[in-house]
Amino acid sequence: MSEKKKDLGLEILKEINEGQPKDEQSRKPFLGKAGIPLLAIFTGLVIGALLIAVTSQSVYAAFSESVGKGFSAIFNEVGTAYKALFTSAIGDPVRMVKAVGGDDVREIRQAFNPFLESLVQSTPYIFAGLAVALGFRSGLFNIGVEGQLFIGAACATWVGYAVTGLPAWIHMPLAFLAGALGGALWGFVPGLLKAKTGGHEVINTIMMNWIAFRLTEWLLSGPMTREGSGGMPISPLIQKTAEIPQFFPAPIRFHLGFFIALLVAYLIWWLLFKTTWGLNLRTVGTNPRAARYAGLSTTKSIIVAMSLSGALAGMAGAVQVLAVNRSMALGLSSGYGFDSIALALIGNTHPVGVVLASILFGTLRNGATRMMVVSSIPIDIVDVIQAIILMFVAAPAIIRSIYHLRKPKQEEQQVFLSGWGGQS
Amino acid sequence: MTTNSRVIEHKRVVEVSSTRKLVVGIVEVLIGLLIYFIFALKTASGALTRFVMTPGGIDQGFMADWILPSKITLTVLAIAALLIGIYQLIRGFGRWTNLMVGICALFLIFGFLVWQAADKQLNLAGMLSSAVLLAVPITLGAFSGILAERSGIVNISIEGMMLMASMVAAIVGSVTKNPWLGLLGGILSSILLALILGVLSIKYKVNQTISGTVINIFSAGLTAFISQKFLQHTPLLNTPKLFPRVPIPGLASIPLIGPILFNQNIFVYLMFVILIVLQLALFETRWGLRLRSVGEHPKAADTLGINVIRTRYMGVILSGLVAGIAGSFFTLGSVGRFDEGMTAGKGFIGLAAMIFGNWMPVGAIGAGMLFGFADAIGSKLSLLGSAIPPQFMAMAPYLITMIVLAGFIGKGQAPAAEGEPYEKE
Repeated sequence: MSEKKKDLGLEILKEINEGQPKDEQSRKPFLGKAGIPLLAIFTGLVIGALLIAVTSQSVYAAFSESVGKGFSAIFNEVGTAYKALFTSAIGDPVRMVKAVGGDDVREIRQAFNPFLESLVQSTPYIFAGLAVALGFRSGLFNIGVEGQLFIGAACATWVGYAVTGLPAWIHMPLAFLAGALGGALWGFVPGLLKAKTGGHEVINTIMMNWIAFRLTEWLLSGPMTREGSGGMPISPLIQKTAEIPQFFPAPIRFHLGFFIALLVAYLIWWLLFKTTWGLNLRTVGTNPRAARYAGLSTTKSIIVAMSLSGALAGMAGAVQVLAVNRSMALGLSSGYGFDSIALALIGNTHPVGVVLASILFGTLRNGATRMMVVSSIPIDIVDVIQAIILMFVAAPAIIRSIYHLRKPKQEEQQVFLSGWGGQS
Repeated sequence: MTTNSRVIEHKRVVEVSSTRKLVVGIVEVLIGLLIYFIFALKTASGALTRFVMTPGGIDQGFMADWILPSKITLTVLAIAALLIGIYQLIRGFGRWTNLMVGICALFLIFGFLVWQAADKQLNLAGMLSSAVLLAVPITLGAFSGILAERSGIVNISIEGMMLMASMVAAIVGSVTKNPWLGLLGGILSSILLALILGVLSIKYKVNQTISGTVINIFSAGLTAFISQKFLQHTPLLNTPKLFPRVPIPGLASIPLIGPILFNQNIFVYLMFVILIVLQLALFETRWGLRLRSVGEHPKAADTLGINVIRTRYMGVILSGLVAGIAGSFFTLGSVGRFDEGMTAGKGFIGLAAMIFGNWMPVGAIGAGMLFGFADAIGSKLSLLGSAIPPQFMAMAPYLITMIVLAGFIGKGQAPAAEGEPYEKE
């Protein structure tokens, strides 16, 4: 009897979650699900180009001569910048073809290095993006990924250098898990506060960010400082046994962490979409009232989701330390935690989408680093582009009116987030 | 109209749940024990704490120094906090609960200072004076939040608006060499962002937390971009003139209070003016009643002929205006230069102050002062050579924000319809 009742509940929950039957979903307009994000990215890049043009002195100089020269200066300026972005993010196609044709192994590696480096840059994004996406799926907005990442990195670093005498196959996973644990703790606290007191996770996670920054600053200049660093906030190098291996000799940094990230993404997909636990979590996220009627515990699901989200963020920090930097400094993250919000939304809070969006953002940031050198355009332009992409993804109606697209028949899936008051 | 607003007022009676009563009581008792066992017991019995009661660089409103016997003061504070806690546990303070918690927090802070400055001297008036200054962006941020939220829009982009305003104010102020024009520029830039927030959340019905995040990321990116591209190597663009200190004749020479409240720059006075205007406007005028009704029950308001969409736009734009003043404070009222990310989370702390202050301007300024004070303690104590690392002192405002959020949000005090887009049927 009770078995049957539970099944009925599950069926209802499934219906709430899955929405329309399959055949209606297949009739989606323009490029299917990827249409809006792709147009959003394109529009973001166009606006980025405008920003480059508007802030370029040579463009103004050219316009003062003649309008035609002005426009050619715009194309010149934007072209140089975006060409630098492209070749240093993906690689120079000509060089790649030549390298493959020849038989110099080193040259092949170096020609493909920009692409591999983009994957290196994507790795922390995948973890961080998954962290935010998991939060969104359960109705929580985790802006604290940056802080969780720092704490995770600090824990992984400590295990990485202070624990000695372990074989690599124990030490490396141990350090990585320590990172996940540290992040989980930093996510657990706001989760607990949200579940038990209703303190809004947006503010609490931001406060935890600042606390994490100050704490790591103190750790790195005090208890965890490198000997002989002269007060510089930097940790000792981690043991060889704790390193996540890189596949090729320096300067190519492509490492095993990328594949760990893909594996974790698969695990999260499996958890969310193939287990009852995931179904419950998503129900709490999309429709807390229905979840409560079905007898699900919102309290538990909030705490678990925030801890897991924090653990993913902690892994982002751990992978950077163990695979790339091999020690911890304050410049560990170029804002992965904040970028991950946009990532999760562009990826439609789906693990596959997050991985794709992460690779895109990793590529963008890798390219922008080089673009900063070539055409002295500050790397922060990536943030501006991200904000614009995020805006268009969140408000597809704007994109539709720019490109005169038809409105889809079914309602778009909206991320559910609650106000200050709590969970109803 | 006044009778109507009374009716709504009465519905807002704070109901203290039994768990909250218990938790608050325990916290107060713990504060008492903390003051006694950590502070009082570790203080030598003959030690004296000397508080200087005149801020530096002041030429009027002098006051003699306070000299307190450290141990006795601490013991008295501990007993007072214990008594408050015990009364809270047995009877409960009802609607005065938050006030009593605030008083206990003050005891804790004061006790901490007495303990840290035992056998030393500390410029308490200077600390209070800088606390008022540090409270300005937090309090104004809270006012900005109140304006938006009372109309039903959650504005988490106050941080972004403040950051943008602080940069624009610095640039305009430097180019025109006129702080007033700088302030105007800062306000306009912030209003522009508020308009974007309004269009996204009201017209396009985007989730308000996400549209706020869009603005936060955009501001952080654009200000860093412009700062690196232009401000860092063109000092002419980043040397705005500061608003000077303006002593108010007569009031400024009152001992202690004069130097702290009436010998500050224009932003402090603006904060008080906005406080009074906002408190009166929200609760004594037809305008305020309409704004609040849109935030509480937009459908009912619409039925009565109030234009919900227009009222919400107004709330958001006014929110942007106040956030613009708060942002300009950083470059024109305090630092005199724009640095990347210089708002350092003050916008979010402002939101916490708004919640702590129960969406009321008077409450918000109280909370803002508390946060400002926590901030001021950190910087002053590192001068005293405290054993506590400065990074931990810097954590204080963030920790207090979290504790405040955890312990003191009663349910159901936020405007009922906030966060929900309004759709006319």
